[in-house]
Amino acid sequence: MISDLGVSMTDDTRPVHPAWLRATHWLNALAVVILAMSGWRIYNAAPFFDFTIPGAITLGGWLGGAIQWHFAAMWLLAANGLAYLLCNAGTGRLFSQFFPLSPRAIVADLLAALRGRLSHADLRRYNAVQRAAYLFVMLDAVLLVLSGLVLWKSVQFPLLRELLGGYETARRVHFLAMAALVAFVMVHLAMVALVPRTLLAMIRGR
Amino acid sequence: MIEKSPRLVAIDGGAVVKEALRRIEQPSRRLFLQRSLTLGGLSLLTGCAIVDEDSVENALMKVSRFNDKVQGWLFDPKLLAPTYPEAMITRPFPFNAYYGEDEIREVDAHSYRLEVTGMVADRHAWTLPELRALQQTDQVTRHICVEGWSAIGKWGGVSFASFLSRVGADTSAKYVGFKCADDYYTSIDMPTALHPQTLLALSYDGQPLPPRYGFPMKLRMPTKLGYKNPKHIQAIFVTNTYPGGYWEDQGYNWFGGS
Repeated sequence: MISDLGVSMTDDTRPVHPAWLRATHWLNALAVVILAMSGWRIYNAAPFFDFTIPGAITLGGWLGGAIQWHFAAMWLLAANGLAYLLCNAGTGRLFSQFFPLSPRAIVADLLAALRGRLSHADLRRYNAVQRAAYLFVMLDAVLLVLSGLVLWKSVQFPLLRELLGGYETARRVHFLAMAALVAFVMVHLAMVALVPRTLLAMIRGR
Repeated sequence: MIEKSPRLVAIDGGAVVKEALRRIEQPSRRLFLQRSLTLGGLSLLTGCAIVDEDSVENALMKVSRFNDKVQGWLFDPKLLAPTYPEAMITRPFPFNAYYGEDEIREVDAHSYRLEVTGMVADRHAWTLPELRALQQTDQVTRHICVEGWSAIGKWGGVSFASFLSRVGADTSAKYVGFKCADDYYTSIDMPTALHPQTLLALSYDGQPLPPRYGFPMKLRMPTKLGYKNPKHIQAIFVTNTYPGGYWEDQGYNWFGGS
């Protein structure tokens, strides 16, 4: 069926997203929701900025409950994230889907998107903005896990602790990395609402 | 919402509404707004009572027990918590307990006795002068609270490992438990009890431990969170039976290591 490079994929019967990707995506979404909401309640116990998070959108009921949720969902995030990265790198998808990537391409696609001229005809191919956003969120999740390890075990991981500027700095890093992740999720959800086909593709593969 | 800044009053209200209606008429925007509302609706679920369901609570408790095991496995008995110069001590060092500052217990120094029981050879009760006669050491370390905040303080006292060895404790036992004059209680694992920085603290910043920090004696471990460091200790016991703790029985993680 495949005749030429760059041929249109209208006859392609492969799923838009492989099953392992859809499974890890939704498990990750679950872990992130639990971690963010329980994390907000933990933050409220000793806020280091001028605000607290409204209790209604937090999880756990009290500090001890929030910590239980947080330290349970962290295993889901870590195990699922590792499975995702291994599958992504192992199948070669990481490199074929996300590269090449240049700042120029990101700016060009961003401008096209803002003018409503970015094509979504083929959901298999990520545009440059998607590539950048998804790579960013992967790195941000790694930073969240590493700074979280310092908060959980600051004595047992001395090298990591010093790399992140010590316990107190790691708290801020963890919070700001969370804020970046939440910002990504909000843009991500807005994009899904604008191109609802992408939601179907992430659920049933096509 | 109704009060606008004066700058906005100059805008032609009718034109704004017309434009807004035109935009909402566009199907994609209407869809978007609908979906946003649904997403907003999801957040209403967060106040729900799933936490109160026994099965969820049991599952979370099981993960917490698993996390105890992982932390025991991660714990390196030779790895030291960082120490700091005295200039970095947090002043004033925060008071923290399950009660307010107006309820701090006063323990009488003369009648004070430290009970030592359980799997130990020497069960005699210790007076304060006896404890102060033991070799003292001090350290400036970071106290990390389960709430997230941290503060640096200077504690002095007796190495807990040397105390356990002096009373002939069976160091193959699993737990060391503590009962306190303020009705607090907690327990720790034996490897942490034997850690070189674990102190029976009798002084704070060069002075006898003040009541607010746990007079006459507290356990100080820079390798564990604050709630694992009991104040006003009256009894120490070595055991293989899990003793739990005041906060731990309510859901805080038992190992509580950092």
